[in-house]
Amino acid sequence: MAAPVTAEPRVGGERQMVPRDKPRSYYGLPIVKRPAWTWEVPWYLFTGGTAGGLAAVAIFARGTGEAKLGRRARRLALAGAVVSPALLISDLGRPERFLNMLRVFRPTSPMSLGSWTLAGFGSALGAAEMADFVGLPNVVVGTLEAAAGILGPILANYTAVLLADTANPIWRGGRTILPFVFTGSSVAAAGASLCVAGPPEESVAARRMVAWGTAVEQASFLLMQRRLGPLAEPYRDGPAGRLAKVHRASSLTGAALISVLGRRSRKVAILGGALTLAGSAALRQCVYRAGFQSAADPRYLVDSQREAAAASGQGKTATG
Amino acid sequence: MTAATTGRRPAVSLPMWQGGGTRMGFFTDSSICIGCKACEVACKEWNGVPDIDTGFTGNSYDNTSALGANSWRHVAFVERPRPDTGDGVQWLMNSDVCKHCTRAACLDVCPTGAIFRSEFGTVVVQDDICNGCGYCVVACPFGVLERREEPDGRAFKCTLCYDRLEVGDEPACAKACPTQSIQFGPLEELRERAEKRLEEVKREPRFAGARLYGESKDDGVGGFGAFFLLLDEPEVYGLPPKPVYRRTDLALLWGAASVAASVLTLGVMGSLRWRRR
Repeated sequence: MAAPVTAEPRVGGERQMVPRDKPRSYYGLPIVKRPAWTWEVPWYLFTGGTAGGLAAVAIFARGTGEAKLGRRARRLALAGAVVSPALLISDLGRPERFLNMLRVFRPTSPMSLGSWTLAGFGSALGAAEMADFVGLPNVVVGTLEAAAGILGPILANYTAVLLADTANPIWRGGRTILPFVFTGSSVAAAGASLCVAGPPEESVAARRMVAWGTAVEQASFLLMQRRLGPLAEPYRDGPAGRLAKVHRASSLTGAALISVLGRRSRKVAILGGALTLAGSAALRQCVYRAGFQSAADPRYLVDSQREAAAASGQGKTATG
Repeated sequence: MTAATTGRRPAVSLPMWQGGGTRMGFFTDSSICIGCKACEVACKEWNGVPDIDTGFTGNSYDNTSALGANSWRHVAFVERPRPDTGDGVQWLMNSDVCKHCTRAACLDVCPTGAIFRSEFGTVVVQDDICNGCGYCVVACPFGVLERREEPDGRAFKCTLCYDRLEVGDEPACAKACPTQSIQFGPLEELRERAEKRLEEVKREPRFAGARLYGESKDDGVGGFGAFFLLLDEPEVYGLPPKPVYRRTDLALLWGAASVAASVLTLGVMGSLRWRRR
């Protein structure tokens, strides 16, 4: 027998991938760690994203004469901006050290940029609310809203960058599409919360947002799974798979209700909005849980790295 | 990452190792590891690393299982039939450790600046700054970092015995290793030594699969500060075959996110009614 220590021949693209029934791994133990975060994080993905989408409504509604809608969006966004940091701080091992997040500005860390974005976003929204309350001129309120409105779209999807800039196979593998999944979800949830909070005659824009937000969310989620290939398995199996089903059913039903009957009945709008919100929350939970399932099985990581190396021609050289 | 700011806070503004002092590291030669675990014990003793509740795994002699907050060295044991004769037993043993990557993902993603690059080119977590955000845990391509749940969930890993290096001593694991499987020294020297050792090992037919892992500056993380001589594929030892961390990937990600953010902004604008006032 000639040197069977290296069972696979080193022939670049033609190498046999790890057979499913006989994984080459160390007792099947995980290679990368599963996420060390707690329950707050997927909820933050939802609250922060929704608030980000709402802030965009707040700045532009002022210009289109939909002042009531704009103010409603701003207040809902503010609520999200209050809840979000609370969730994040609670997740920390040492919550009293949360200010260390603003100790440095770290362009290489999506979490650092996100912390600064969230801090600026919340401050601007809070200040806008105060300025409005004490009756400062519209230009002051508008400027503060604009600041939040610029940070909002970043807040809506930087969390996708945060998840993708890791060693987790399923997050890393879907990296260029995940921002679109989160953006669509944020838009749908922002629109849905406005449908719940306001009368149908003031929620035209909100209904449109639910419709196209859901479309972007569903389409990009499907595209991401297709691109992931075998890596997408967790989106179909186990807890993440179940959450994906809940997400799809809830989001699509909610969007349909709002689009078809939302302008006629407040009650239906509230039901549809609640379903859309639940669907968006389920999507964030699903993506989060999928990271656990993807890290647990070393086959995902080994196969994807072998494939990527073979594709880029590195497979010919010895490992190192 | 401009040089202009390096004077003030080098740990933060010079996160990618660019020289300055001699880079020190480990060469772990698994071909002469005897699996005694003296490295695991010496590390725990010196660094005051808490014990772990392992139980009995049944995975050969390995009850440590993986690197983590409370295991900074981990000896892997692979038991299998001899590859040359097909019977008997071949035992592969390798003492795993933090790789102290040239392009360290943990260091780049740390939002507090708790993780820094030392004057020895090593990657160290400052436990008085870490707030336990857990980002380094998912960022590390090797699963080295972990939150230490008791008492507060901050992240811990091998420091390459920063305190011992500062006084000119070698790390505890290398000192304790009875076979010199763990070698400590200037990285360049170790790389040369490793090349020679690899030639030697490969002369034996049953070790034809021997290779260096992480010695190349051209690999996905720019080379390890702690690299290995392995007798088989990395995944056999529980190591990732082609670990990657590049900042260009991050730029791509932000590019996608910017496009998505623009879609959001324009889409919301288009959703509003824009009726004339």
